[in-house]
Amino acid sequence: MSAAAPRPGEALLSVDGISLAFGGVKALTDVSFDVRKGEIRAIIGPNGAGKSSMLNCINGFYQPQQGRITYRGVERRQMRPHEAAEQGIARTFQNIALFRGMSTLDNIMTGRLLKMKVPFFWQVWRHGPAMREEIEHRRFVEGVIEFLEIEHIRKTPVGRLPYGLQKRVELGRALAMQPELLLLDEPMAGMNLEEKEDMCRFILDVVRQYGTTIALIEHDMGVVMDLSDRVVVLDYGRKIADGTPAEVKADRRVIDAYLGVGH
Amino acid sequence: MPRGAREETGADLVAGRRNREARVSAADTFPKLLDAAMARRAGRPAFREKRLGIWQTWTWREWRDDVHAIAAGLHGLGLGRGQTLAIVGDNRPLLYGAICAAQCLGAIPVPVYQDAVAEEMGFVLGHGEARIAIAEDQEQVDKLIAVGARAPALERIVYDDPRGLRDYDHARIGSLASLMEAGRAALARDPALVEREIALGEGGDVAVMLYTSGTTGQPKGVMLTYDNVLTTCANAVAFDRLGEADEILAYLPMAWVGDHVFSYGEALISGFCVACPESGATVMNDLKEIGPTFFFAPPRIFENLLTQVTIRMEDASAPKRAMYRFFMDHARRVGIDILDGRPVGAADRLLYRLGEWLVYAPLKNVLGLGRMRVGYTAGEAIGPDLFAFYRSLGLNLKQLYGMTEASVFICLQPDGQIKIDTVGPAAPGVEIRLADSGEVLVRSPGVFKLYYKNEDATRDAKTADGWLRTGDAGIFDADGHLRIVDRAKDVGRLTGGALFAPKHIENKLKFFAYVREAVAFGADRDFASAFVNIDLEAVGNWAERRGIAYASYQELAARPEVLDLVADCVARVNADLAADPALAGSAIRRFIVLHKELDADDGELTRTRKVRRGFIAERYAPLVEAIYAGEARGRIATDVTFEDGRKGRIEADLEVRDMPAAGAVGRREAAE
Repeated sequence: MSAAAPRPGEALLSVDGISLAFGGVKALTDVSFDVRKGEIRAIIGPNGAGKSSMLNCINGFYQPQQGRITYRGVERRQMRPHEAAEQGIARTFQNIALFRGMSTLDNIMTGRLLKMKVPFFWQVWRHGPAMREEIEHRRFVEGVIEFLEIEHIRKTPVGRLPYGLQKRVELGRALAMQPELLLLDEPMAGMNLEEKEDMCRFILDVVRQYGTTIALIEHDMGVVMDLSDRVVVLDYGRKIADGTPAEVKADRRVIDAYLGVGH
Repeated sequence: MPRGAREETGADLVAGRRNREARVSAADTFPKLLDAAMARRAGRPAFREKRLGIWQTWTWREWRDDVHAIAAGLHGLGLGRGQTLAIVGDNRPLLYGAICAAQCLGAIPVPVYQDAVAEEMGFVLGHGEARIAIAEDQEQVDKLIAVGARAPALERIVYDDPRGLRDYDHARIGSLASLMEAGRAALARDPALVEREIALGEGGDVAVMLYTSGTTGQPKGVMLTYDNVLTTCANAVAFDRLGEADEILAYLPMAWVGDHVFSYGEALISGFCVACPESGATVMNDLKEIGPTFFFAPPRIFENLLTQVTIRMEDASAPKRAMYRFFMDHARRVGIDILDGRPVGAADRLLYRLGEWLVYAPLKNVLGLGRMRVGYTAGEAIGPDLFAFYRSLGLNLKQLYGMTEASVFICLQPDGQIKIDTVGPAAPGVEIRLADSGEVLVRSPGVFKLYYKNEDATRDAKTADGWLRTGDAGIFDADGHLRIVDRAKDVGRLTGGALFAPKHIENKLKFFAYVREAVAFGADRDFASAFVNIDLEAVGNWAERRGIAYASYQELAARPEVLDLVADCVARVNADLAADPALAGSAIRRFIVLHKELDADDGELTRTRKVRRGFIAERYAPLVEAIYAGEARGRIATDVTFEDGRKGRIEADLEVRDMPAAGAVGRREAAE
């Protein structure tokens, strides 16, 4: 088990002995770790270490050949992404996956789709209960817009936005789902320093204000060390370290994985 | 109309004084005025603010109740008469409320520029000796905490937006909501608490302290009394017949006297509604949604609006472009005459009416000026084409001349008497005299009491008999309209003896859309020269159309094609200068296009975006030397401050362009 064993009842998600292979390629081999409620948990590792595969296993996009995933105390082997979403797991992507022709507002509204209960028939007419429901969701989405400080691009098609803002909209859509667990795949990739600082602040505020638990993949070591409570390090699909940022930073195997073995 | 307005000035002086006397007995402070007006307008809208995408409205009754709650809360914190209360943030109904709350208690509100870096804020807070500061959000609270030792008197910070502040040490900070709650509880125990304090206020008390950004030296705290602000505001409200049906958008810094007078003073007097934008980035959108009837903007805002229109029209379809061009040409021909009530032929009127329907009204609507009844611009000279563009659309845009020390109003253009190169006759209640040096001297009910803790500066600015030295050089034209030439101290001479008015030259350059800022040099030199900042949006668009590639501002600014473009602008300015015998000698002979935008964070501009010529000359001394040593290129390395406060260094090797003598311009154009 991991170096810092969770006390009972604290783990929101735990993965146990996960192995995933694509034909002969082993993406993940016997990986175990947990994510505690209310923490920021970073998954790091060199390129091809299996970080994104791990996230894909968690939100049900990939089915691992071995191992167990326990979420909210319920063990599962098979789950599809929409089921994961219904259970409160949201994610953003390494390559932005927004509807480019739609406005910021509409993109974030799509995050509420799973919560819309009114039958399709009423939604088509946008009348009565459908209208009331839309207003309710719009209110929540406006809260997210205010939270992320993107009021000025509310009506702008996201395709016209700079990269850093698109990332923020994507985070907004994930937040609109009111997730219990938020998976962020390289939220700062390709950002300049100022945008990174903003994004860090938003991530910390998400935990504080929405009480969301976050698991994130990130390459910027400064960001990871500042932001996360605990870090798990993968290399060639295996877990090589797990602990607080300070512990991980001092770990010989982690240094080797990043700088190469040459000592 | 013109005759009536001319006679008004003298009569109004008397009327103003009579008004003032009448008010002294009734409502001689803003809190008293607010209470007195409650019977008439309790249920009418006072302030608006957009929250979660929907405009929320405070009625005057609700706003007054909030003001009293804040006042009672501040009273509980020990804010007393004559003490200062710092207010830091964007325009928010409750921050305006905090100003009024301080006034209720006889304390002096000190609004602080919200985009000031911690160091500047430290000076104002330290000098102003504020014990309590009200801040909008975490960003401002952080700055106030960073100020630390520079403001030893600062004991308590009250914030409006709690976001991100939960984990802060709450020994020194607290939320506005809890302050108001405590205030309401205190009012429940003692309902007359605030009213007793209000009754103690008098017209001669200091109403507000505003720090002038100042083109030189440290900011100075201008103390304005209720008599100053109330009287000038009342005169201005009467001048433009502002009333409860009017609406404005409060988007300029609260620390600036203009905003204080337009969005606070005039609002409380006339009862019009003040809308606060959602955020700094949404102003143009909010403008469209609110559609203010009374609008103030510095020329650069009008310029930005026009630039946006121009760019969007260039992308429009051919028929739309043709229609736009046809009707805009027509408007340019007859629009201003129609606006000013001069005779225009019936056919032209009819065509203008059609244009209004097809082009002008939709355009004004897009700009957010569809309902504008009165608009003002000031601060910098406005380009003639720019000014004419808006007026030809039927927008009653006028110029005014004012300064903090005079509670804004010195000159106002009356409806129908608009000239581009003057700022109008003296405003109601204002006397103007020109000193022998040409400096404009002003005496009015609005002239300030004194600079806080700065007697030397007060003595310099005010004569013994109450005349305010504006520091501007001006002349009156035949109609009694004032024309401001330049800062009195900036008007200089070339070594050859020719008159050199730098601001005049800079303004002429800035009238081109491609030029964002310009700085002219030449006093005690052999010839005049200039630094130019290109406008990234306009030049970038121009470059895109010509397939000129660039990766950064610096690269674009160094392109030879861009230098040619700027050279054309300079040549036209030189041709203009040549037409005026007094200024013909100061044609620009050499110029440099700067590699970075001049920025207030680097101290190159004031917070109101005026260039600080002396500072720039020092900072860019190697470039100035290169110009006057006749070199072909100049090298420069400058330290810059980024938006997040970090420092960096930019180096550049810039080309110095020579301008042909004025006569040669025509030949070059012919050759093309």
